[in-house]
Amino acid sequence: MELNQLTIHELQEKIKNGETSAVKITESVFQRIDAVEERVHSYIRLLKDEALVAAAIADENIKKGQIKPLTGIPIALKDIVCTKGIPTTCGSHILHNFIPPYDATVVEKLRDAGAVFVGKANMDEFAMGSSTETSYFGPTRNPWDLERIPGGSSGGSATAVAADECIASIGSDTGGSIRQPAALCGVVGLKPTYGRVSRFGLIAFASSLDQIGPFTKDVEDCAIMMNVLAGFDTKESTSVQAEVPDYCQFIGRDIKGWKIGIPKEYFIEGIDPEVNAAIQKAIGVIEKCGGKCVEISLPHTQYCLAVYYIIAPAEASSNLARYDGVKCGFRTSDARDLLEMYKKTRMHGFGAEVKRRIMIGTYALSAGYYDAYYGKASQVRALIKKDFEEAWKKCDVILTPTTPTPAFKIGEKTDDPLQMYLSDIFTISTNLAGIPGISVPCGFTAAGLPMGVQFLAGHLEEGKLIQIASAYEKNAQIEKRRPKL
Amino acid sequence: MKLSSKEVEYVARLARLEITDNETEKFTAQLNDILGYIDKLNELDTTGVAPMSHAIAVTNAFREDKIIDSIGTDKSLANAPDGRGEFFRVPKVID
Repeated sequence: MELNQLTIHELQEKIKNGETSAVKITESVFQRIDAVEERVHSYIRLLKDEALVAAAIADENIKKGQIKPLTGIPIALKDIVCTKGIPTTCGSHILHNFIPPYDATVVEKLRDAGAVFVGKANMDEFAMGSSTETSYFGPTRNPWDLERIPGGSSGGSATAVAADECIASIGSDTGGSIRQPAALCGVVGLKPTYGRVSRFGLIAFASSLDQIGPFTKDVEDCAIMMNVLAGFDTKESTSVQAEVPDYCQFIGRDIKGWKIGIPKEYFIEGIDPEVNAAIQKAIGVIEKCGGKCVEISLPHTQYCLAVYYIIAPAEASSNLARYDGVKCGFRTSDARDLLEMYKKTRMHGFGAEVKRRIMIGTYALSAGYYDAYYGKASQVRALIKKDFEEAWKKCDVILTPTTPTPAFKIGEKTDDPLQMYLSDIFTISTNLAGIPGISVPCGFTAAGLPMGVQFLAGHLEEGKLIQIASAYEKNAQIEKRRPKL
Repeated sequence: MKLSSKEVEYVARLARLEITDNETEKFTAQLNDILGYIDKLNELDTTGVAPMSHAIAVTNAFREDKIIDSIGTDKSLANAPDGRGEFFRVPKVID
């Protein structure tokens, strides 16, 4: 095994035993990037020089015995989190030259924990998409089949981990943008409870849904990353003031006696037969671990997507009003007055999907339509949240497929936005209710494409998710494969 | 069709987006598809349901009323397409 293929906890062991160094690990990651990046395109920007300097500093700290949870570990950052002095584009032309004057809180926390930043990962423009095809910088490809999409919007963060172009990465999840690409690329992805991880310095898409979380090679690494990321932040007004447990304590514990809810509404027509078979197998594994699976109902599931496609675009149309060619980013050179400057800057600065969502959101919030659309969606959102509150009376954790199908072909759904939106059908409810969810690899299709199983729990119960995901991972014995690149 | 191309042009004006005739046509069809799907919410009777705007119970987060460091004018203007002195410069608003 090469160093870049190892997990955080395996590398920590080697660092502590003096078997390797941060510089060697970082070099091994960049060798891999040199070999495969041209085909996969995980990154918008690589930070090789900065990474080697950070790794050298890490090695000095290691010599002094100062080893923190991520000392010398190469991490990729989705290009939606602000990095001081390093361009942060959000996958958009309108921010192609934006250089943040500050770091996002998660960036500060990762740096304080000793992480080495490899680069800024590719993403759908403003995180709007399920395939990483809407990036201004070109699509990312699925390392398991280069003709297919990696999922989105955090596609680059997922492929960088799957293709061993980093050890772990950071993504953001507004309707499934961590869990869906994690499933389609065969890695672990966690969306924490709304408010568990600070959004300060995360470029806003839909502020009541956005949440930052990790992509990792296994569940233990997910726990290590959450220990670093989680916690209250005075700079963020929706940050939750609650104690953060040591998530590593949940690794390796059993789940005997747990009740696992299987929501019947998630086993719909149109779910791929291979995905369905893999999920049935996962249910069997959970029962072997001592979990008791019970059928539950989340009756408003069929309305989640419609609610999401009002709330998210409405919030986005408001959040993206700030990109006007005045304060930062791209400005058209061809305008006679201020109004024309706004309109042309936004015309040339945004891509088609972003414009489409700004249009939906503006319409849904416009005079005469607000109650019919935004008001109605906010009411149904309350019903969706209540579905989960009822469910927790019957079960500890919910198990569902992460996605209805394995990765689809590049270009297959770009002309049909509604079909594209349907690929997030199993992940959206989590964001609407604000609860945490994790996707864990659950096998491969006959064609060799990865699939994921999703576990959901109540507010602030990430520990439960790590516990069941770790028990599942240990007992499922999913074959360890690496993409052939 | 619920939305006419005229309404799409009106929404684009509200959003300060210039769109081409081609885009108007495409958006009209796509927005109608999406809004048609969203209409499914009207199957539900939501009389008396309190709208939800946040996933968790949050109250206003106040910090202590003390002056803390801010990023300052230079850094605030550093990313401006046209920053001069202490100002953001824009094309003229009135003749």
